[in-house]
Amino acid sequence: MGSNTVLVNVVTLRTALALLVLLWTPLRLYAQAELVGSWAPRNTEDISRDSFPVDYLGLPLNDEGRTRALTYNESQLAMIERQCEGWPPFYFVQGPFGLKIWSDTEPVKGGTISFTIGAWEDRAPITIWMDGRPHPSKYAEHTREGFTTGHWEGDTLVAFTTHMKAGFIRKNGPPSSDQATMTSRFFRHGDILTVLAVIEDPIYLAEPHIVTKSFELSATPMSPVGPPCVSAFEGKRPGDSVPHFLPEKNPFVDELTKLFHLPREAVLGGVETLYPEYRKKIKDTYVRLEPCKTNCGAPPPR
Amino acid sequence: MSAYSAVPLLSHEGTKARKHEFFFVFSCLRGVRLIVVALGTVVSFATLLATPPVVHAQNRGAPPPAPTPKASAPIDLTGYWVAVVNEDWRYRMVTPAKGDYRGVPITREALQIVNAWDPAADDAAGNQCKSYGAAAIMRVPGRLHITWQDDNTLRVDTDAGTQTRLFRFAPASAPAEKPTWQGRSVAQWERPGGGRGNPAASGPRAGSMTVVTTNMRAGYLRKNGVPYSENAKVTEHFDVGPLPDNGQVLVVTTVVDDPRYLTQPFIVSSHFKKEADGSKWDPTPCSSTW
Repeated sequence: MGSNTVLVNVVTLRTALALLVLLWTPLRLYAQAELVGSWAPRNTEDISRDSFPVDYLGLPLNDEGRTRALTYNESQLAMIERQCEGWPPFYFVQGPFGLKIWSDTEPVKGGTISFTIGAWEDRAPITIWMDGRPHPSKYAEHTREGFTTGHWEGDTLVAFTTHMKAGFIRKNGPPSSDQATMTSRFFRHGDILTVLAVIEDPIYLAEPHIVTKSFELSATPMSPVGPPCVSAFEGKRPGDSVPHFLPEKNPFVDELTKLFHLPREAVLGGVETLYPEYRKKIKDTYVRLEPCKTNCGAPPPR
Repeated sequence: MSAYSAVPLLSHEGTKARKHEFFFVFSCLRGVRLIVVALGTVVSFATLLATPPVVHAQNRGAPPPAPTPKASAPIDLTGYWVAVVNEDWRYRMVTPAKGDYRGVPITREALQIVNAWDPAADDAAGNQCKSYGAAAIMRVPGRLHITWQDDNTLRVDTDAGTQTRLFRFAPASAPAEKPTWQGRSVAQWERPGGGRGNPAASGPRAGSMTVVTTNMRAGYLRKNGVPYSENAKVTEHFDVGPLPDNGQVLVVTTVVDDPRYLTQPFIVSSHFKKEADGSKWDPTPCSSTW
């Protein structure tokens, strides 16, 4: 008799819980946004596809970050062990490519286990775990793609990335440490997806670096992978020195100043240069540019 | 003897089996009853939760007035916000070279305007604010001061160019107005779950604001004369999120549609940090050259 009562209570409890889950799940899903699909870049705002060797404009670098950045020589990419190293996850909002996003679902209740942002040739895929798993121990291995968890806030997906390998915030040398983290928010408005990425790095940044980029939903499917990276001899042999510039010896440090009349302190990045007050500070010393002659924009269609 | 009568009904074993059978049936029935009760409770509870407040109000008499856009705001946009120029620095913080329209998908007609940019002529014509119009103002480095002008109108003042934008949530059928730099803006809240303008669909305190602006004077997307026409339509989405150290960030996604001067929509997203007060508010007039 007693065992039957327990059995009945268990059945009742399970039924009630199952009903609650069934009732709650659609409401929860209803408040989310569909992110799965191909999101094309429009590239009408800043992207780091054509950076000059020393262009740290808009970066809140601290002195250590700036010093390290100025030692970077892009010939490092000719080293066979670095050719396929790739860029950290930050690049997904800074590069010129779109986003291919898909999800994996749990087969019984249909909950989302993860979203994946497909790879490019030089960026690893980013898996955003949605199943509540914790981040690994701080002593766990750091990888190129890092470890990312996500949750919904209303219809905004919020993702948090840790455990990235040291790398670069931009392709031209500003560094990121292995202690950097990235918080991304995905805002969908109809066919527009805007991603806000807030990058924190206690080693190389004086304040969080904020990047936003918008994408447009595309009916044309994008590849979830980039072409494979294949290493080849590019002039650097094993054992050769790592290309770099010694302090105060970077030959490109004044390139933007000459080309665009920009103050060196702005070119080298820094918190002060990100805010409107700085614009007022340089107003009286800025020399207007001559009209643009080359590389002024994509020719309009005829 | 039939097979049925072969069962030892009156034996001790038979009595024990019947008792077990009785208890099993009774337990099952009790289980079913409890499940029905549980189902009823859960369904009643869920119905109560799912019932919109208006139903309760109807039971008491006249429905209450719909909450105003100000009262039903899913996010708080008010306060002082400062632009953080992490992107397009050399197109925003300084005046780019004449003829430089990189990143803007312009038409051939627009290219003629780009190459003919003459800030002195704009000055002479009183058009110093051409690069501070609704299609460009959120990209101008400066501060926003966002307040509620009334229950239906969100007001955005900019210190750069000293401009004022009015986002009207309940636009009256306005008479034909003369185009202005900031045009006519119609706003609506977007709530989780697709409840555009529908407070009943609200989930957690999250959402965004969409603003559509038309009836603008022709202006510049960039200081150096990259144009948009008077027929352009600007759609903006305002989102907020947290920053470290209890900060807040405002993200404004701007989509400019202008078939005359753009071959495809011009899309940029600009971000602002919230400031504690207006101590750094510094109104400056429009300038054609800076």
